[in-house]
Amino acid sequence: MDMYDLIIIGAGPAGITAAVYAARKKMRFLMVSKDVGGQAAWSGDIENYTGYQFISGPELVHKFEEHMRTYSIDLKEGEAVSGILGSGDSFTVQTQTSGWQSKTLIICSGKRSRELGVSGEREFRNRGLTYCATCDGPLFSGKDVAVIGGGNSALDAALQMMRIARKVYLINNTAGLEGDAVMREKVAQSPIVTVVNDARVVSVQGEKMVSGLVIDHGGKQRLLGVQGVFVEIGLIPNSEFISGIEKNPLGEIIVDKYNQTSIPGIFAAGDVTDVPEKQIIIAAGEGSKACLSVFRYLAKQSSS
Amino acid sequence: MGKNVKVYSTPTCPYCVRVKQFLKDNNVVFQDMDVSVNQAMAAEMISKSGQMGVPVLDIEGTIIVGFDKGRIQQALEI
Repeated sequence: MDMYDLIIIGAGPAGITAAVYAARKKMRFLMVSKDVGGQAAWSGDIENYTGYQFISGPELVHKFEEHMRTYSIDLKEGEAVSGILGSGDSFTVQTQTSGWQSKTLIICSGKRSRELGVSGEREFRNRGLTYCATCDGPLFSGKDVAVIGGGNSALDAALQMMRIARKVYLINNTAGLEGDAVMREKVAQSPIVTVVNDARVVSVQGEKMVSGLVIDHGGKQRLLGVQGVFVEIGLIPNSEFISGIEKNPLGEIIVDKYNQTSIPGIFAAGDVTDVPEKQIIIAAGEGSKACLSVFRYLAKQSSS
Repeated sequence: MGKNVKVYSTPTCPYCVRVKQFLKDNNVVFQDMDVSVNQAMAAEMISKSGQMGVPVLDIEGTIIVGFDKGRIQQALEI
């Protein structure tokens, strides 16, 4: 089997930036990823990526990819990593269908949507229940919908839906909404949005498609007639495929300031790590830092 | 020979963008059905695919949900 200098797992802002640096350092490297763009591709409006006053998630990802493709990059897209074997100077990255060997790794597999874990959730996924308001929101124009969550992503979904839906319930399991004050005010002012605090989702109902949501509100069960359910209850790190590495209680991979993990030769960057603050620009910066650390690590290995 | 290909999509969904780019890269001509502005098209997509997630491809009657590269290649024989 061929031995790469570096395998980058994930192709979001961290992975793509790492790839650009690796290409410029002329490393022998490979990228393995389920998709391109990661969570950034699912973002709505981005107004805090330096150099762009305003850009949409898909557009920014397109720019990232365009930049990356100016170099000749070997990207295995549509491959989910199932495990990592080895240690020291040789690691094997396994997917369902293939395996590749490398001297070092950068894990930038990001995060994914947390699920509710209630009955009806799996059955009605894409049948009225969605984790991506940005993508599927327009299909619910004129309908009654429920957004589950109380943070920024739930507020963002509620703001998107209040422009097109007939009625929006915002189901929050704490005493009051969190998230940015500006967004909370907009939601509070909308005659379309009804905020239900201290409420827990019990089940998603329907026949072929979603027709209702059962919530527990103060010990009483209520059935809300909705055709759409938007789950926005946070994110969990895609770190299950690697074991024997130090993670924090959230499952995030612990890295030092050089992006080194607890296993020498394995580096990590972006939202899958315990880096404080999860932002596109931070993930991109961490990706570049991780790649430069790999470069130094390899130089040291070959000189010793 | 060109097959009749329809892509039901919204402008904001990343997999829609990728599926369309993939078709363009392979010189496949397709009809872009923006379901965010046309309710009739949205209803057509839901009845064809039995679900509400985008993108949906209709390749000569073969319905493919999501950016499933393998199945798309198979249906297009590319």
